[in-house]
Amino acid sequence: MTASEVLAEAAPATLVEASGVSFSYGRQPVLEDVDLRVRAGEFVALVGPNGSGKSTLLRVLLGSLAPTSGTVRLFGEPPTRFADRARVGYVPQRPVLDSEVPATVEEIVTAGRLARRGWWRPLHREDHVQVGHALASVGLAELAKRPLNELSGGQQQRAFIARAFAGEPDLLVLDEPIAGVDAESQRRFRDSITHLIVEHGAGVLLVSHELSAVAQDLDRVVVLKRRIVFDGPPAQLAASGVSLGVHPEDLPLWLEELG
Amino acid sequence: MPWPVDALPYPFELGFMQRALVAGVVVGVFAPMIGTFVVQKRMSLIGDGIGHLAFAGVGAGLVAGVSPIWAALVVAIAGALGIEWLRSRRSASGDLALALFFYSGIAAGVVLVSLGGGFGASILTFLFGQPLTVNDEEILTIVGLGAAIVAAMLVLRRGLFAVVTDEDWSRVAGLPVGLLNTVLAVIVAASVVAAMRIVGLLLVAAMMVLPVASGQVLARSFRGTLWWSVAIGVASVVAGLAASRLWGLAPGGTIVLIAAGVFAVVALVKRATIPKLQAEGAGL
Repeated sequence: MTASEVLAEAAPATLVEASGVSFSYGRQPVLEDVDLRVRAGEFVALVGPNGSGKSTLLRVLLGSLAPTSGTVRLFGEPPTRFADRARVGYVPQRPVLDSEVPATVEEIVTAGRLARRGWWRPLHREDHVQVGHALASVGLAELAKRPLNELSGGQQQRAFIARAFAGEPDLLVLDEPIAGVDAESQRRFRDSITHLIVEHGAGVLLVSHELSAVAQDLDRVVVLKRRIVFDGPPAQLAASGVSLGVHPEDLPLWLEELG
Repeated sequence: MPWPVDALPYPFELGFMQRALVAGVVVGVFAPMIGTFVVQKRMSLIGDGIGHLAFAGVGAGLVAGVSPIWAALVVAIAGALGIEWLRSRRSASGDLALALFFYSGIAAGVVLVSLGGGFGASILTFLFGQPLTVNDEEILTIVGLGAAIVAAMLVLRRGLFAVVTDEDWSRVAGLPVGLLNTVLAVIVAASVVAAMRIVGLLLVAAMMVLPVASGQVLARSFRGTLWWSVAIGVASVVAGLAASRLWGLAPGGTIVLIAAGVFAVVALVKRATIPKLQAEGAGL
């Protein structure tokens, strides 16, 4: 084994990687020369003001949008060719909450097994066990049979996080999952994310304005304002002079507390 | 086909009523089953849009001298694929895509039917339904299409549930969203054609939507909604056929009115009981 192979084996695997990624909607540039990497076991937060390109970057990383230039690798493959989708857990920004037909928490979370099992195949005992674990990890086991639309916003969001957990992902991508949810849901959210990272060695990429609940657990904060203006430990962010908002003095409360 | 006369009591003791009952119950099962997914997808009117296209198919069948049912099936499936294609490309909103096909279909139907000999009694049976004159060949077609629709729904239900509840998530999870949406549209087209002789093209969408409207009030899960909807669909067909025989009413319209009546009762009862239950739950 060569030295570089030994090093490669020692370093945690890269789960998702963007190199020199740019993206434009027509003539409007949204992302410029973005480099970003999330490794196994890492907890990375992607922050930036509204319109800074965060959601677009997620879509490019997951293969929903093709970059105008640059390359993206999801588990070492171009996202559009990456077939083992069960390895990616995704919590969308605004899932369908005002469903026409009632669906229980358990029904929503069980859908999370489809990518791993095959959507046309019957579910096995193991699938139901995993769904039970996912529900328990977000504290919704007792509400499993309740219709989702009878739950609070925070509880609904935990159900969508459980749906992502049910697929036993190696990479979890969350788009604004804790915007406006109650303190109890934020605590549960933190516990379940750290459990996924510590117990399963998963990597987590979190897009959020509000990081108070997880600030202490983050490995890196990445600040995006069309291009990456900061990528490092949260403790260094306050000293770096990089603001998170539109104005230079915009520092969120969680960062001031951390400093 | 020999029918077991006297096997059922009045008003279903005669052969034509038993044929209507068999065909109607099959429709009562599959239309609300697929309707549950269509309502959740917020495309409740797709059955109507495809029904209008199927009318053009009936007209084309009459002009070409081929079976109107099979001609309607071909045109309805082609139209369903077109609606889904427009919707998925976001060239037009689901609403506008439906309207485009809706009006083109009914206009083509009117022109073709006039070319094929005008609006005779046979056209009215397709527009308004007439289960009491269903023949054995039509029953075999309805039962065959119905069995294929139910089998497809049983295999696809988990994937369809994921797609109709959260299409963006399903795409990231690697589900074949385009394929499942297309298959759903084709199944809706097959359902419209299989049900048109029973409740008529103008009312076929009602059998997909009205039992589901009641089912979602009664149930607290997607699975529960599906089975409540099927039970209400079948009950509406049986009661509607019986009422049409007893009082000489148009059977297609009677079936749909009963399904609408069930919704009115269910919604009123729920409205009357929920505040009471909530008050009890709050210890008042």
